Amino acid sequence: MSIKLGVPSKGRLMEKTFDWFRARGVVLGRAGSDREYAGKVEGIEGVELVLLSAGEIPRELTEGRIHLGVTGTDLVREKLGHWEQRVEEMAELGFGHADLIIAVPQAWVDVDCLDDLDAAAAAFRRHHGFRLRIATKYHRLVREFLKENGVADYQLVDSQGATEGTVKNETAEAVADITSTGETLRANHLKILSDGLMLKSQATLFRSRAAAMDDEERAVMTALVARLGLD
Amino acid sequence: MANRTPEKAQVKACAAALREGFEAAGAVPVEAPVLLSASALLDLYGEDIRARAYTTSDILRGEQMLRPDFTVPVVQMHMAQGAEPARYTYAGEVFRRQEEDEARANEYLQVGFEIFDGTDPAAADAEVFARVQSAVAPLNLKATTGDIGILMAAVEGLETSEARKAALWRHIWRPARFRALLERYAGRHPVPVARKVLLTSDDPFRNAGPEIGMRSRDEVAARIEALRADAATPPIPNSDVMLIEAILKVRETLPFALEQLRDIAVDMPAILQAVERLARRMDAIAAHGIDVQALEFEAAFGRTHMEYYDGFVFGFVVEGRPDLPPVATGGRYDALTRVLGRAEGRPEGIPAVGGVIRPGMVVELGGWA
Repeated sequence: MSIKLGVPSKGRLMEKTFDWFRARGVVLGRAGSDREYAGKVEGIEGVELVLLSAGEIPRELTEGRIHLGVTGTDLVREKLGHWEQRVEEMAELGFGHADLIIAVPQAWVDVDCLDDLDAAAAAFRRHHGFRLRIATKYHRLVREFLKENGVADYQLVDSQGATEGTVKNETAEAVADITSTGETLRANHLKILSDGLMLKSQATLFRSRAAAMDDEERAVMTALVARLGLD
Repeated sequence: MANRTPEKAQVKACAAALREGFEAAGAVPVEAPVLLSASALLDLYGEDIRARAYTTSDILRGEQMLRPDFTVPVVQMHMAQGAEPARYTYAGEVFRRQEEDEARANEYLQVGFEIFDGTDPAAADAEVFARVQSAVAPLNLKATTGDIGILMAAVEGLETSEARKAALWRHIWRPARFRALLERYAGRHPVPVARKVLLTSDDPFRNAGPEIGMRSRDEVAARIEALRADAATPPIPNSDVMLIEAILKVRETLPFALEQLRDIAVDMPAILQAVERLARRMDAIAAHGIDVQALEFEAAFGRTHMEYYDGFVFGFVVEGRPDLPPVATGGRYDALTRVLGRAEGRPEGIPAVGGVIRPGMVVELGGWA
């Protein structure tokens, strides 16, 4: 058997992850063609590469189907209850930086902070007869953040992509999404609330607390951790 | 959990017996659907309910929730068709999402007793409390009572703008937010820079960018006007803030609490009526043979997690076991009947009070042989 390492299956996140491991003497790559989701590992014995969607890696870790996985802190915190009990943060990889934020239209000159958002939401509900809509895919994180900060009279609407466009399309009044430079937000005439930063996320190597290991696998894990300089 | 999980059959038998007890007190047994329309619950509680209730959906009815309690469906049923006065009892499963503590049950039986009767609210409060108390008496639980109505009366009586009162009201059940608002209205914190800039600008919309989304420029302008009016409102006197803080600190046995609240009412006459309601309730509870001298009262009790209660509140817990959920809870929810009565053409609502017991806890704690 072998230690299973889950890595995002495409794009910059995959390439940067490969770079990070290569710099530490572990060469990861796709087996066969670019379209095939099988991986190969060189430079260490007993490690198997599993290419997965970044969004599925938290679940695979918590189910113990992979021993290690690279994904964003945002996804782990959104998808796993008591995430610290299910996975261990081994290393922040220094890329894939993104902030989970709340943004509203720039035209809302009266709204600068969460306090304002709460007051605007109350007025919006009175005026329109429904609760102010915030588009997001981070339902749990946003709900907890707004509860902690005492914001009421809002509702979350699900948006799995192009979230910044929902305000213009009038399917939401505000958005809660990840951003790295804020460019897309500005292009869509949105501004970040001054206290609207919920979480700073980056690509992180996690270890599953649930994945079983035999003696052989434990030895491989120890060797891998040493090779990566994380011991 | 420290105790073994009780057998379901035993819990059901206990639930049936508790319900029979309430039936003997004249309550009509009622049923409620397990699946409730999510929109009614979301309108009442906002998104927070999603952290407590399981949501499911189908393509025809849209979002449904597994009932997190019976109060909402029972009030809906009563407002739609109930003759008054009325008293109801029920026994059935409720479902609660647990995101923090896996050891807590996410599905358990609840037995409840509800009185819809405006003739003598103090007597109704006392009767619900006494019946729940006698049902759990063998367990030697610690009872705590409270009354959200006193804080509400204090807010109502503040000498400030209606807008500020409405904002405080809206956050009665969010203590941190309530406090922050109160301190801001008292002028304890400097006005944030962004707010100052906005209110002193000759053209607040100069860098506003295009108008997008459903919240119109008129709505933004209206809020700026409201902010200007608020900036011109004199601060709430520090003495009033201190009186509200004093109310929230009251934590005593009932007779001493009453004495403290009467002292506060000398400086804050707005709470006098609410305090006298508390006095009448105390006498009514004593008339049931309950020792009110030993009964705990906390003015802030139930403020964080019992949000539809707006008057009397109570809970029975196992002393020294904060890990265990309360065995029984209850309270008065007059405002809820007004909110849910609106859809039935009865916006005036009806004074209502009720309580629930968890038979699973009763069995687990050995109160059912």
